[in-house]
Amino acid sequence: MSRAGQAQAAASQPAIPASAQSAISPVYTEFHPRWYRPPVSTYWWLGKSAYVKFILRELSSVAVAWTVALVLVQVLALIRGQSAYLQFERRMSSPWMIAINIVAFAFLLLHSITWFNLAPKAMAVRVGGRRVPGVFISGPQYLAWITISAIVFAIVISRG
Amino acid sequence: MVNRETEPLFWTLFSAGGVVAALFLPVQLFLFGLAAPLGWVHAPSYSAMQQLVHSPITRLYLLVVCSLPLFHFAHRFRYTLYDGLQIKHLNEVVFAGCYGVAIVGTVAAAYLLWRI
Repeated sequence: MSRAGQAQAAASQPAIPASAQSAISPVYTEFHPRWYRPPVSTYWWLGKSAYVKFILRELSSVAVAWTVALVLVQVLALIRGQSAYLQFERRMSSPWMIAINIVAFAFLLLHSITWFNLAPKAMAVRVGGRRVPGVFISGPQYLAWITISAIVFAIVISRG
Repeated sequence: MVNRETEPLFWTLFSAGGVVAALFLPVQLFLFGLAAPLGWVHAPSYSAMQQLVHSPITRLYLLVVCSLPLFHFAHRFRYTLYDGLQIKHLNEVVFAGCYGVAIVGTVAAAYLLWRI
């Protein structure tokens, strides 16, 4: 090949081969490595007590929805009249209902306790440059919990 | 749907609902789900309950107790399914189901408490 022919070939071909160019390009890389992620079992949380506690805490939301549903059913029975309300009371005292409500109540307690204990970790309150100890944040919440429960209990019982 | 703009709103509802659920729901379930049916306490009669629920304060209380905790449930249960059961491919369905329950429950509570 003549010199002129070599120069022409070099001009028609790109200076960098296509494969090398795609590797240099910041937009697209031909051989992008895929991160290896081992598949996680659906029961991953059964291995450690902390994980089990986490999942139970998250599942307490079902007990929350259940309790709200019971309140709504009770209000509906009150609207429908005396016989409907008596039927509601009868259903609430069936053994199955009592069993479900014992479990739901345990989950509600788990929610309350974990929620109050989590508050100091979520809120970092500082007074005079020092972080307020967690007891001073969760303590008043426990106090409010007891007070509110006592008030609601007293109001309902006083009508009984 | 949940994105960077809407996530704070959903989280605020979750948080507010968590506080309401933690403070008010245990005594509610204890009274009407355990203590009254098991005869530990003398539950109010039908007419006494009606009188109690007719008060505007009780209605407002019940509306708060029925609405915010449902949004708490929606957020938390959504992530339980997401992290716990790893149902990621059904993300949209789970989202619609969870928040659907919360919205329907809130509307039902508002309607019932307005009608009573």
